[in-house]
Amino acid sequence: MVELTHDSRPIIGRGPPLTAYFLTLAAISIGLMVADQRYHQIDQVREWLSAVVHPVQRAVDIPFRATDWVTGSFADRGRLRQEKLELTARLRLANLQLQRFAALEEENRRLRDMRENTAGVVEKVLVSSILNVDLDPFRHRVLLDKGAVDGVFRGQAVLDGEGIFGQVTKVNAATAEVILISDAEHAIPVQSNRSGVRTIAVGTGDINKLSLPFVTAESDLKEGDLLISTGMGGVFPPGYPVAKVTRVKRAGSTFATGPATCCSSGSRNWHPANPPVRRRRGAETPRRAVAPLPRRWPRQRLPGPRAHPVRPAARRAPHRQRDP
Amino acid sequence: MRQQSMLARQLLYWLSMAAGLVLAIVPLPGWLDPVRPDLALLAMIYFILTSPRIAGLGYAWLSGLFLDVLRGMVLGQHALGFLLVGYVTHKLQLQMRMFPILQQAAIVLLLLGLYHFVVFWIDGLTGHGYTAWVRWLPVISGALLWPLVVAVGDSLTRRSS
Repeated sequence: MVELTHDSRPIIGRGPPLTAYFLTLAAISIGLMVADQRYHQIDQVREWLSAVVHPVQRAVDIPFRATDWVTGSFADRGRLRQEKLELTARLRLANLQLQRFAALEEENRRLRDMRENTAGVVEKVLVSSILNVDLDPFRHRVLLDKGAVDGVFRGQAVLDGEGIFGQVTKVNAATAEVILISDAEHAIPVQSNRSGVRTIAVGTGDINKLSLPFVTAESDLKEGDLLISTGMGGVFPPGYPVAKVTRVKRAGSTFATGPATCCSSGSRNWHPANPPVRRRRGAETPRRAVAPLPRRWPRQRLPGPRAHPVRPAARRAPHRQRDP
Repeated sequence: MRQQSMLARQLLYWLSMAAGLVLAIVPLPGWLDPVRPDLALLAMIYFILTSPRIAGLGYAWLSGLFLDVLRGMVLGQHALGFLLVGYVTHKLQLQMRMFPILQQAAIVLLLLGLYHFVVFWIDGLTGHGYTAWVRWLPVISGALLWPLVVAVGDSLTRRSS
């Protein structure tokens, strides 16, 4: 049973200030919510506040990283050898597939130039990892350990080793919140790699499934089709794998849904695991300098150093930005 | 002596708020996650009941704001929830102290329901609505943990039970 404090001042006489306090703070709260929702003005405020709570996030994350490090340091030799063999085999396969990349890239650039489209570019990436912090359990968000100080911006695309992972929704001082493509509030424009059918893949709330609600019954989509990003809306870079079609239901007259599994394995086990996640930045790689891609297409192209002359491409009419 | 204990008490409040925030984001296994109790809110209710002069509405609002930054959808959402619960607790504190622990837990259940309702409503208003029934589980888990919170709080502040 709780007891009164030893302070003998009467408690009952604290009426009026309380209500005034309450109304003031309530008004401030509502003001903050409106500003955050409509005007995005207070992203700066959120950044400052996040600098205060950042130690809390780190405090939660560090024990998990420490145990990972400890178990890693004490891994037995047999397991390490096995891992090394597997990784070498995968690397060899990846190198093999990459040999044709240079030729394909050049051919692609020539074809695009012929059609007077904007040239495809190689973007620069920032590697980050996921913090072991649980955000809202009902929404698919993760926290990355790079933030505003590292140049992360809102709407930046995030990829992992196997495909598109999500995009950045909130930028804090040293962390960033990412919404996964499987979140129910997320939609990404995709294209079938085989048939070129364009549609939009919407998150379902199930971490392994996306749905394609805007597909007509006559579209050429089959099970096993790889869906890649089209780059429409300027958020995600084009050509990256998003999902594979697992089921096509031709229900009713007009629409069919094809639930697609997420390619990105990061979304399957993002919960406890800590996979490195690449974050796309936009601009040039050190090896082959090409004209930098504007951060949020279709803004003005930024001038930059070029290793070889690139024909300036005509600018397309701007599309409406998708709100993340 | 009084000065020192006030300072120590304030330190205890801030530390318990930090602990509540930490426990709000600690990774839990998937099935346990929706049932996570709102320990920051329970700690706040406890401190308002035991030291209403020191744990005021500002303390409640700040706790909610920090929780917003950590895992809220809109800035100010949990702050408003904490503020509302803090205000109602302040109004009811005189009666609540006299109740037996089970009755207190029942009122805590209602307070948690109020808090989660505010969060749910604002979620709906801002377009992040999530209507599955599991989102109300923390109300029950929090109320069930209330006796534990009182016991831990009493032992930390060395009160007689």
